[in-house]
Amino acid sequence: MQIYNFPRIEKSPRIGHLIDHMFKEMPQIEADRAELMTESFKKTESLPMIERKAKAFRHILENIPVTIRPEELIVGSTTVRPRSCQTFPEFSYEWLEAELDTVATRSADPFYISEENKARLKKIHPYWKGRTTSELATSYMEPETLTAIGANIFTPDNYFYNGVGHVTVNYGKILKIGYTGIIEEAKAAMEKLDIGDGDYVARNSFLKAVIESCEAAITFAKRYSKLAADEASVCTDAKRASELRQISENCAHVPAYGARSFYEACQSFWFIQMLIQTEGSGHSISPGRFDQYMYPYFKADYEAGKITLEQAQEYIDCIWVKLNDVNKVRDLASAEGFAGYSAFQNLIAGGQTPDGRDATNELSFMCIEATMHVLLPQPSFSVRVWNGSPHEFLVRAAELTRTGVGLPAYYNDEVIVPALLNRGLTLEDARDYNIIGCVEPQKSGKTDGWHDAAFFNMCRISELVFNNGIENGKTVSIQTGDVTKMETFEEFFNAYKAQMEYQIKLMVNADNAIDKAHAERAPLPFLSSMIEDCIGRGKSVQEGGAIYNFTGPQGFGIANMADAMYAVKKLVFEEKKFTMAELKAALESNFGGTDGVDAQKLTTEIARQLMATGKTVGEEEIAKIYAQVSAALPQAASGKGAQILEEIEKLDRFGNDIEEVDLLAREVAYTYTKPVEKYTNPRGGQYQAGLYPVSANVPLGAQTGATPDGRLAFTPVADGVSPVAGRDVSGPTAAANSVAKLDHGIASNGTLFNMKFHPSALKGEKGLDNFVSLIRAFFDQKGSHMQFNVVSRETLYDAQKHPENYKNLVVRVAGYSALFTSLSKSLQDDIIRRTEQSTF
Amino acid sequence: MLDKLGAVKGRIFNIQKFSVHDGPGIRTIVFLKGCALRCRWCCNPESQEFKIQTMVQNGKPKTVGQDVTVDEVMAKIIKDMPYYKRSGGGVTLSGGESLLQPEFASAILQSCKLYGIHTAMESTGFASFDVIEKLLPYLDLYLMDIKHIDSEKHEAFTTKPNKRILENARKIAECAKKLIIRVPVIPTFNDTEEEIEAIARFAVSLPNVNEIHLLPYHPFGSDKYAALGREYTMQHIVTPSEAHMEKLKAVCEKVGLKAQIGG
Repeated sequence: MQIYNFPRIEKSPRIGHLIDHMFKEMPQIEADRAELMTESFKKTESLPMIERKAKAFRHILENIPVTIRPEELIVGSTTVRPRSCQTFPEFSYEWLEAELDTVATRSADPFYISEENKARLKKIHPYWKGRTTSELATSYMEPETLTAIGANIFTPDNYFYNGVGHVTVNYGKILKIGYTGIIEEAKAAMEKLDIGDGDYVARNSFLKAVIESCEAAITFAKRYSKLAADEASVCTDAKRASELRQISENCAHVPAYGARSFYEACQSFWFIQMLIQTEGSGHSISPGRFDQYMYPYFKADYEAGKITLEQAQEYIDCIWVKLNDVNKVRDLASAEGFAGYSAFQNLIAGGQTPDGRDATNELSFMCIEATMHVLLPQPSFSVRVWNGSPHEFLVRAAELTRTGVGLPAYYNDEVIVPALLNRGLTLEDARDYNIIGCVEPQKSGKTDGWHDAAFFNMCRISELVFNNGIENGKTVSIQTGDVTKMETFEEFFNAYKAQMEYQIKLMVNADNAIDKAHAERAPLPFLSSMIEDCIGRGKSVQEGGAIYNFTGPQGFGIANMADAMYAVKKLVFEEKKFTMAELKAALESNFGGTDGVDAQKLTTEIARQLMATGKTVGEEEIAKIYAQVSAALPQAASGKGAQILEEIEKLDRFGNDIEEVDLLAREVAYTYTKPVEKYTNPRGGQYQAGLYPVSANVPLGAQTGATPDGRLAFTPVADGVSPVAGRDVSGPTAAANSVAKLDHGIASNGTLFNMKFHPSALKGEKGLDNFVSLIRAFFDQKGSHMQFNVVSRETLYDAQKHPENYKNLVVRVAGYSALFTSLSKSLQDDIIRRTEQSTF
Repeated sequence: MLDKLGAVKGRIFNIQKFSVHDGPGIRTIVFLKGCALRCRWCCNPESQEFKIQTMVQNGKPKTVGQDVTVDEVMAKIIKDMPYYKRSGGGVTLSGGESLLQPEFASAILQSCKLYGIHTAMESTGFASFDVIEKLLPYLDLYLMDIKHIDSEKHEAFTTKPNKRILENARKIAECAKKLIIRVPVIPTFNDTEEEIEAIARFAVSLPNVNEIHLLPYHPFGSDKYAALGREYTMQHIVTPSEAHMEKLKAVCEKVGLKAQIGG
């Protein structure tokens, strides 16, 4: 373990200007890409799909407007306006057509669209009728699968409507050999083909497409080189003119050829990053181990005295801002599930080298510094932690956490590396993992992980057990028997498992249908040129060209189901406080409806939770929620339901380090993770479960009735593997201990554990040290991921108004730390006052 | 041996996890019930009586105090073992005064040592030294309060003279693995530079002692007095300013101690 004693580096004034420019206006939808794509596709109908994609890519990159934003040092964008997006009608367009007039005013991730661009899109959309991946995918699905999707038991919308994305390419290779190097590789592979081979035609066609798409990328960079030179020639500011000339020189050389300096490597990186997101619409294009593949360029320049730390930091900061320039419009449902304009470009620092030594270097620290400088949502910055991680590095990361930006997320090598070995990765590849999107590990440049394959709502399965697979008179699942006649807990749990298994199988059918549709209609030659072993195998990533192939659908609601199972076990079967029939009636009446909780209270609760995820909830939305809630609540009050709810609320809950509940939670998680791993996908890979909800626990909770854990109808489901909000009342170590008792290793598509702290809990060096120890100790117990909300004064006010939602909020009081809600009102006021002072 | 220790019973009123201000690292604090002193500013007035009490907070009655075995306490303590190891933390006995339940306190400390857990005790030192001496082998850190050097003033504010405390401090300093002196800084009682300097001079005269913690008065226990049906007599007192605390810290440093504000 090395000592770095790494300095803090000042932020260049340029960075503030870039950010101001980036965020000064609402993001827009532009129409150029969709138009160029359509133009090209109309002309190439007789060609194989992979070649059509390459030709369209070239047509787009030769003609789409190019823009250099004020003061930029790293250039490249496919939209004229900052933070704006292009559209991808080849994947799906119907939702956008339907939302053209509302997309600017919707609550989740609105985008402005000009009347002119609306007209342009409306003109080209009809061409895509019957030609999209979503339409082909639907045709592959079984009727019962479509029924289950309709009933919102699982939601495969993400890849149904969009590209798959969720990938980290081999950045290091492109930085080193450039796209001309890739073209040479493809040409060499072509040389080796024999026209007599059975698969010659397909392979040859693929390789042609790879070459064409790489040439297109080079052309695009050359357009930037020219633009920069043109702008330099008319620029009156001598300093900026010189910067522009340098930019012009950079873009003439990279990404066509290998980078000759750290600055060129930064520019080359950015072209790779933005071009992948121009070819396909998939999100979570994750830069991965930036501190590793960029390091040789930094080291060479720094040691040769060609660059100062400040200069290098400025280039990195510029990239960090640029990562926020990429945007994407999603359909309303997906926008709610992935709220916050996130492109999920996950970038990770630290960890191990492929041969198992500590990988932390100067750039690892500079990645943290950049995140502190920009304090923006992108990149989704992560840190790898292993037994050999330098304390100094984790303390610096903790300082970043303390800013309240919610970054970084922390990942545990000691769980993830063995979990990936168990999925067939080599030891070196497993040690070289990075994180995709939210929490999903993969080996860069070799994997098509299909990581966000579907949201699977484990609370809906509880409803299927209680209604025996029949909802509103319609059969939506198998029949597992009349729940009121079940005599043992095992019988009940088995029914739950059977419903799980059946619905998981339907989800697999949905995902495999979509997978096949992408192989046929959306093979991506440019992306495939950077994933091993597509060139060797002569096929695209979408057709199974990658070395490692997975499908990773994510389950959520474990905490609710753990508490629910415990309630049924204890109260129905052991203590016989009420019968199953009474519980069923209580759930149907939302625990006595108006008697247990009134519509207004419930509406407030839903609105509050929506706002907690960062959404603005206006009067209109509130009225809508209220109408929905009132309609669902029975008018007649039932005292029994409220009594049952009271009994349930008295029980022990997941998140308090209570062995019996926690081990049941482990079993409940297995009802999802174990069946999932039995299945295979059309690319020849395995399914692997994830346990995380992104932000879908809120909208999908809004479609879920009451559950036996006492969760009221339409309220959010627990997020990830975290305890249900407000039910972990025994402090942060107890919550972490409970979560650590789940099997994180089998959930190799990632788990997500949220914790909330007040900034004061991380105060001073001692606070940081203890915070790092908390993470280390959770990881010692084989937890896989941790992320933190360090909350503000506003939250403390809210915590006073709604103490039930903040039972695990830790604050520093005087000489000690305590749970905020356990303190008296006057003390709370005092702490809030102090917080106010300390912000000045 | 562990079995025998585990059966020992005692009376506590709280076990607090993730505590970071009473000894190094992340700690679990076991609060024992009952104390010989009645400090006017005490922020845990429910700790003072040995008998089990009822507090009425927000209109709800709450029982304070429960009898538990060492096994029951240890079951809670060991749940956070990974946090102690990673942070250099452990267990701190607080109160109340642990010395009033010496067998119980000793059994917890001994059990902790068998698990390899770092131990600390916050204590007034107000007991026969024979009692204290028996705990010292199992204690890694003694956090001892010295509230005032003037015995009369000490008695006026805590109900007990300080003679025994000061004598014990010297003996503890000789035998304990580590002793840190802690001073609650209470305006109107001991917050002048002279009074703090007197305590600091005493502390520095003790063998092996080189560290002092100055704990500024806070009113956060005040609500609990009403909850117990008692009057809070320190209503008029305000928390010392940061600047004043810094001054007092400098006084201690001048005397030759390593000083810190807060735990």
